[in-house]
Amino acid sequence: MENFTPVSALIGGGLIGLASGLYLLLNGRIAGISGILGGLLTPTKGGSAVFERLAFVIGLVVGPFILMNATEIAAQSVVTSSLPVIIVAGLLVGLGTTIGSGCTSGHGICGLSRFSLRSLVATLSFMAAGFVTVLVTRHLMGGM
Amino acid sequence: MRTIVSLICGTIFGFGLYISGMIDPQKVLGFLDIWAIADGGWDPSLAFVMGGGLAVAIPIFQFAKNRTEAVCGGEMSLPNNRAITTKLIAGGLLFGTGWGLVGYCPGPALSALAFGHTDTIIFVVAMIVGMGGARAVGLNK
Repeated sequence: MENFTPVSALIGGGLIGLASGLYLLLNGRIAGISGILGGLLTPTKGGSAVFERLAFVIGLVVGPFILMNATEIAAQSVVTSSLPVIIVAGLLVGLGTTIGSGCTSGHGICGLSRFSLRSLVATLSFMAAGFVTVLVTRHLMGGM
Repeated sequence: MRTIVSLICGTIFGFGLYISGMIDPQKVLGFLDIWAIADGGWDPSLAFVMGGGLAVAIPIFQFAKNRTEAVCGGEMSLPNNRAITTKLIAGGLLFGTGWGLVGYCPGPALSALAFGHTDTIIFVVAMIVGMGGARAVGLNK
């Protein structure tokens, strides 16, 4: 377990929980990233929600950008998959989170924090599929 | 005001994804590889991210969900759908498969755009196409 980073994981997780909690408390909304992004694709009348969603997405990119440029905290984001796999994976994530009404943040953090059984089922579903997919790609097919 | 709150919450969320290491698909895949537990290759970090996130979010959510109005005004927009459906599970399974293939879920994929890698941009474009396509045929309903 040489890659295990429990302290930074707890601190980072706490910040994710804080952001989700504040978003609900202050704006009355669920910080589900797939829902926020998807809502930008089919904006409803009213308009102000579009700016709120857009601001959240911009913040998601600005946060890491600040840390990588203004602090000593190092991180990376390494994709090892081939181009066709990246495209298929992206399509599946987009399709699946839309059909299943949420992702790791909306169901996993916000839903579980509301003690939603529906979100627990969703979280167990995508976790199980993730475990099985990695079993197939890493251990049965020898890496993709 | 609500837009500024959104920007700040998004930024804090992005800080969390970066600091926790979840912005790196290899950290996520290291967690999803529970099959490596026996040989010591498993990385349980993601479970600690969830644990840290829930430890902070649960008290705030339990306090906030009884409010009738958001602090910055407007309704509390909480989901009222409690149905456990085939659609919910099918969506979760499709999402989990894509997640397990590359290691990106929507939040980290967007945050990782800060690195400017072509692979990340391609993933995000494909993800948006998937979301848009599904919404176009009403699968978000």
